[in-house]
Amino acid sequence: MQAVTKAYRPISWPMKGSGGDTGSWRAHRPLVDNKLCSKCQLCWVYCPEAVIDRQEITIDYRYCKGCGVCARECPTGAISMVKEE
Amino acid sequence: MATSIKKLPDTEQVLSGNGSCGGCPATMALRIVGKALGPNAIMLLTPSCAVASMGMTPRLGYNWPCMNICFATAGSSASGIAAALEIMKEKGRLQGELPTVFTWVGDGGTYDIGFQALSAAAERNDNFIHFCYNNEAYSNTGVQRSGATPRGSYTTTTPAGKRQPKKNMALLMLEHNIPYVATATVAYPGDLYDKVVKAKNIPGMKYIEILAPCYLGWQFDMSETVQMSRMAVRCGAWLLWEAENGKITFNNPTSLIISGKKDPDPVDEYLMKQGRFSRFLKGPDAAQRIAEIQNDINYEIVFMRERAKIAV
Repeated sequence: MQAVTKAYRPISWPMKGSGGDTGSWRAHRPLVDNKLCSKCQLCWVYCPEAVIDRQEITIDYRYCKGCGVCARECPTGAISMVKEE
Repeated sequence: MATSIKKLPDTEQVLSGNGSCGGCPATMALRIVGKALGPNAIMLLTPSCAVASMGMTPRLGYNWPCMNICFATAGSSASGIAAALEIMKEKGRLQGELPTVFTWVGDGGTYDIGFQALSAAAERNDNFIHFCYNNEAYSNTGVQRSGATPRGSYTTTTPAGKRQPKKNMALLMLEHNIPYVATATVAYPGDLYDKVVKAKNIPGMKYIEILAPCYLGWQFDMSETVQMSRMAVRCGAWLLWEAENGKITFNNPTSLIISGKKDPDPVDEYLMKQGRFSRFLKGPDAAQRIAEIQNDINYEIVFMRERAKIAV
């Protein structure tokens, strides 16, 4: 009998990008203005995708779905939504 | 005082690039729950959006051992796993701290289909946490009416607006005499985090219900998810409370509304922002219908205020 390797088991493993490169779903791109940012981390806590870096406030555009929650919740208006090309 | 955002741990149990919609309140809440529970947990999912959000084999969007179970079996499956873990620990097959067993179930699997198994598990007081993320409809199958749908809401099975008010599920679970019941919402992550940490350290059955405003079902703009959840709490449509061993305490800002220090916001603005109420509130008797919904909310506030006074 052929040995069942990890790849052939009918089990899923925790990995990023389980729904594909979800960044391609995005219609609007969030842009962070570091001059206005007060590092309050509200965007980080409300991001449903966990794509925002907590310390640097940078966004992983490969997986960001562009929902705009970060831009709406930002108290200083440092995040703006720009239409994708 | 709720934990401040800067003190939340770095653990990420929901991985980027999962299959949920943009702005999904369920993954938003699950991230905070993941920070509180940590990696040592077992997750059970009944059919819901959370299962669709897991993504495609061989990848998994949640960093826990996950098991997909039948719709009606959230309570019974979790009971079985909790019991099995205890026996494995007894026989020495499992070392270290026991993993937390929790179910991540929508309002359909809690209010309607899963209620029998859940009620039985609560009566047995089995050791797990039941999370209900409540988006007030069967959103995964295209928005049908559920027991959590409020009066006047449009769904595909109530095209003219639901006629009945929703039921108070958290209170029903409290009447099962379980050690911990709480309600939370995505707009108050510190409050949600505290409640999950508290539930994790209590043996027995725990029930936490999270209001998750689904922008597809509720028909508003997806960037307003958090705002909508905040508005629901401020106008009293959703009450934040927890009950340890039957003693109800209210959390901010609901405690201000309950104690009468602050009047709840009028419900009009909250209703008008959502497309699901637009058909019900159209026409000459709109004011009367808004008053009907306001009455439901006022009833809940008064009822919970009086219920909280009963402490054994």
